[in-house]
Amino acid sequence: MAVMTFIESVRTTLAQEMRRDDSIVVLGEDVGKKGGVFLATDGLYDEFGGDRVLDTPLSESMIVGVSIGAAVAGLRPVPEIQFADFIFPAFNQILSEAARMRFRSNGAFTCPITLRAPYGGGVHGALYHSQSVEAFFAHIPGLKVVIPSTPYDARGLLRTSIRDNDPVLFFEHKKMYRSVRGDVPDDDYTIPIGQAKVTREGTDVTLIAYGLMAQYSLEAAELLASDGVSAEVVDVRTLRPLDGETLLASVRKTGKAVVVYEDNRFGGYGAEIAAIVAEEAFESLDGPIVRVTGPDVPGVPYNHVLEDWFMPNPERIAEAARRLAAY
Amino acid sequence: MATTKPAPAAKSETPADPTTLGADVGLTKDDLLEMYRLMAVARAVDERMWILNRADKIPFVISGQGHEGAQVGLAYALKKGHDWMVPYYRSVASLITFGMSPREIMLAQFARGVDPSSGGRQMPGHYGIIERNILSVSSPVATQLLHATGIAWASKLKKTDVVTITYIGEGSSNQGDFHEGLNFAGVHNLPVIYVVENNGYAISVPMALQSAVADIAIRGAGYNMPGVIIDGIDVLACYRAGREAIDRARRGEGPTLIEAKVTRLTAHSSDDQQTKYRTAEDLESGKDRDPLPVFRDQLRAAGMLDDETEANMVAEARKVVEDATDWAEAQADPDPATAQRHVYADLPPARMDDPLWTGVRFIGDGGPWGVLRDSGGEG
Ligand SMILES: Cc1ncc(C[n+]2csc(CCOP(=O)(O)OP(=O)(O)O)c2C)c(N)n1
Ligand SMILES: [Mg+2]
Repeated sequence: MAVMTFIESVRTTLAQEMRRDDSIVVLGEDVGKKGGVFLATDGLYDEFGGDRVLDTPLSESMIVGVSIGAAVAGLRPVPEIQFADFIFPAFNQILSEAARMRFRSNGAFTCPITLRAPYGGGVHGALYHSQSVEAFFAHIPGLKVVIPSTPYDARGLLRTSIRDNDPVLFFEHKKMYRSVRGDVPDDDYTIPIGQAKVTREGTDVTLIAYGLMAQYSLEAAELLASDGVSAEVVDVRTLRPLDGETLLASVRKTGKAVVVYEDNRFGGYGAEIAAIVAEEAFESLDGPIVRVTGPDVPGVPYNHVLEDWFMPNPERIAEAARRLAAY
Repeated sequence: MATTKPAPAAKSETPADPTTLGADVGLTKDDLLEMYRLMAVARAVDERMWILNRADKIPFVISGQGHEGAQVGLAYALKKGHDWMVPYYRSVASLITFGMSPREIMLAQFARGVDPSSGGRQMPGHYGIIERNILSVSSPVATQLLHATGIAWASKLKKTDVVTITYIGEGSSNQGDFHEGLNFAGVHNLPVIYVVENNGYAISVPMALQSAVADIAIRGAGYNMPGVIIDGIDVLACYRAGREAIDRARRGEGPTLIEAKVTRLTAHSSDDQQTKYRTAEDLESGKDRDPLPVFRDQLRAAGMLDDETEANMVAEARKVVEDATDWAEAQADPDPATAQRHVYADLPPARMDDPLWTGVRFIGDGGPWGVLRDSGGEG
C-alpha cells in the first residue's frame, strides 16, 4: 500500500498496464519526452520507447482517428487529449466512429481505446483550459465515461478502462492531480465500470457528485455535520453506464437529493441524474431535487474574482443542502 | 512558385553601401528606426510579463520572444484601422506594430475589468480589440485560420481592398482547419496572408515529428498559392515578403502562405520546463538567432543607430513598460455582477441571486426561466 497523489496513481497505473500488455500504446501531444503537460505520462517514454509512447503531430482528430484504426488492428491505444477543451476537433471521430463502430458493424468491429483527458476549472485556466465536457459524451450510446475522484479509484478504474473492449473516455480533474492524495494498494485490483460508491453515510440528505465535486461534497458533508445535518455522499464514478441503483437507494433512504456538477447547469450531466431520481424515487422524495452547478455562461472566466464566482465549492453545496434539509 | 530558402547568413540583406539599408524595399531610415523601436518595445513588454509571473503577480505567460523580427517586418506594411489582423498567442510584436498599446497588452496580463480584449475573462495572450480590427483569440489552435479566411471572403464580396493577415505556429498547421482555410482561400483567390511562425517546436514536439516536410511553406502549392520562406532574423526580408503579399492581396491577386523561421527564446509558456526536451546546445544556438541584436547591428553598421539614439530608445521602451505595468495593475478586477453579460445579444442577464451556484436561490422561486419571464425574455 502506498500513499500517492492522483496523478501518480494515473502515471504508475499506465506504466503497470503497459508492462502487462505490450499491445498498449500511449499517444498524444507532448506525452513523450516531456511526459505530458501535467506529467501524467512522465517516465513512460524512457521505459517503453518512442514507438509505444508517441509524441504526435498537433491534431486531435488524427490522434483519435488513428487510435481507432490501431484498435481495430489489435492494439490497445490510450490516447491523451492534452486538455478536455481540445477534444472537439476529434468530436466527429469519437461520436461518429468510435461510439458507433460496434453497433454499425453488427458487432464485427470493436474499438477498445481509453481516451484520457484532464478537465475542470479552478486552476486559472479560463474558457479553454477549464471545461467540463462529460455531458457531450455521456449523451452518446456506445461510449463509456469514467470520472474518478480518488487515487484509489483512478487506478482501479483506469485498469478496467484499458482492459475494456469498448471506447472509454477517462476524465481526470486537473485540480485534483496534485491536491488529492490517498492510499493505493499494490495488488492488481480493478473497479468495475458501472458502480457508484457511497463515500460517506448519512441520513438527512444525499449529495450526488463526481470528480472534484465528489471531493467538495465530502467537504460540504463535513460542514453540514457541524450544523447537525447528516449528509450521505454518493460518488457516481462512472457516468455511463450509470449505477442508478446505488444513488436511488441513497435517495430513498434520505428522501432528499442534491446533484452537484461543475458544468453549466442547463442540460448538464446532473440533469440526467435528477430525471432518474424523479422518475424512479418520486415516492420517496421529501423535497425538490436541487442542483448546485456552474452558471450558464459559455466558459469559466480567467480573472480569479470571476472564476470564484463560477466554481461550485463546498460552502455553496452545504448551503443548498442545508436549505433542502430544512424543507 | 515563389518558394525561396532563407538566407543562410543573417546579414545577407545588408547592401554593399550600408547607408542605403532598406532603400531597395522603399524603407527610410525613420522607418527602420521605427521598426527597431517596435521590436524593442515588444521585447520589453514581453520580458516584463515573465518578471510579473515570477513575482506571482500574474499566473500565466505566453509570449513571443524571438519572433519579433518576423512579426514587425511582416506587419509593418499593413494599414492600421483598415486591414484586419487575426493573431495568435505569440503575436505581441505583431499587435504592437498594428497599433495595440502596451497598456492594452498589460491589461490582458492582469485580466482587469477594463481589459479591452476580454474584460479579464480570458487568459493572458488572448488578445482582440474590435476598434483596431484585431479579432479575439481563442485557445484551440488553428481555428483562427478559417476566421481570417472568412474575413477575406467578406472583403471580396464587399469589394473593399481590405487585407487580412493571420498567424499560426508550425505545429498547429497540422490541424484540419489550416488546410481547410487555405483550400477555400485558394479556390476563391482571397485577399488573405497566412503566416506560419516556425520556431521548431510545438511545446516539446520537434518539427521532425510534426511534419514530413521541413518547410511548411511548400504546402501552399497544394492550394495554388505562393509559399514563401523567410528568415525571421532578417527583418528587411520579412518586410519585403510581407509587403509583397499585402500588395498582391490588395490588388486582388490572392492569398499567400509565408513561413518565417524563428526561434523560441523562452519556454513554451510559464508552465513549461523546456530544458526537459531541448539540449543545452539547442538552447544556446537559439540565442544566436535573436532578431534584436542582429537588426541592431545592421542599423549600427549602416550608421543609422548611434549610441545616443539607442540609449534614448532603451529608455523610452523602459518608460513605456513601467507606465503600462503600473497603470494596468492599478485598474480594478472585473465585477462579478457583470459575469453573465454578453452570453446573448438580446436576453437580459439572469438574476444574480438566482441559480444555486450562489447558494442563495431556494426552492420554489421558479429558477432561471422564471426570471427570464419576469423580465420579458423568452420563457
Ligand atoms: C486544439 C488544441 N490542441 C492543443 C492545444 C494545446 N497547445 C497550445 S499551444 C500548443 C503547441 C503549439 O505549437 P505551434 O503551433 O508550433 O506554435 P508555438 O507555440 O510553437 O508558437 C499546444 C499543443 C491547443 N491550444 N489547441
Ligand atoms: Mg512552434
